[in-house]
Amino acid sequence: MNPPVATPFFFYLLATTMIVGGILVITRKNAVHSALALITTLLAQAALYLMLYAPFVAGVQIILYAGGIMVLFLFVIMLISIERAAKERQFNKQWLVGIAAAAALGGLFIAIYTTTTKGKTLFPEGQVSYGESQNTQAIAALLFDRVHGTYMFAFEIASLLLLVAIIGAVVMAKKRI
Amino acid sequence: MEAMLHITTLHYLVLGAALFLLGVIGVLTRRNVVIVLMSIELILNAVNLNLVAFSRYWQGMPGHLGGPGALHGQVFAIFVITDAAAEAAVGLGILIAFFRNKETVNVDEVNLLKW
Repeated sequence: MNPPVATPFFFYLLATTMIVGGILVITRKNAVHSALALITTLLAQAALYLMLYAPFVAGVQIILYAGGIMVLFLFVIMLISIERAAKERQFNKQWLVGIAAAAALGGLFIAIYTTTTKGKTLFPEGQVSYGESQNTQAIAALLFDRVHGTYMFAFEIASLLLLVAIIGAVVMAKKRI
Repeated sequence: MEAMLHITTLHYLVLGAALFLLGVIGVLTRRNVVIVLMSIELILNAVNLNLVAFSRYWQGMPGHLGGPGALHGQVFAIFVITDAAAEAAVGLGILIAFFRNKETVNVDEVNLLKW
């Protein structure tokens, strides 16, 4: 197994891409620009999944998230009129309260992540490198193996959830409800 | 500097927290409901990043919860992605119905139930 190459460089590159993409998502006037920034963020996150030895989740992220869900978003943006929305006021009247709530949440995160017990943070690093050639098979065994399938029932429930969501979306988008 | 250059689980958690905060700010302050939905996607992705990072962390841990087969975090990330797809489909369906009735996409004009 090859050791990872230049992990800090790629981590900070991808993290910067994600943060900048996220800031662009919540600040752009044009919803299409926001969607493109979000796609950039999602692709950088897929690369981070690869760095975390999760190739299957990375593939699902690219195909389903960046491919499927974002195309759905772009279609809906085309259906509604974005020209008028881009000319209006972009932030609501409660933006100060929103920023304050987010700052409180950020303080909570900082408090948790800087907590140390006996000189170590609460989340140290796992050291073992793990081969990714068996990753997809192992996930499939957890999801729908008859013997080891811990999550088989949850998997079926998820498919039912998707069916309900599709029916709901079709009913919502009908001419008259 | 030493702590900066050795990428640990905590680095991924901090990145996830930053993305989560960006999503929260977007949900709480934006008026355009499409961008509010995209901010919710940002929040779900931050959670996913944490789940996969913890999965990697447990793969390096001993015990019956750890070991190379500890992929529960990645399986949960897949379930979260499924939920995100369902949420996006229903949310955008509601958005289309709403836009057809009210001719606007601003969340603070959705005040029919407001007293």
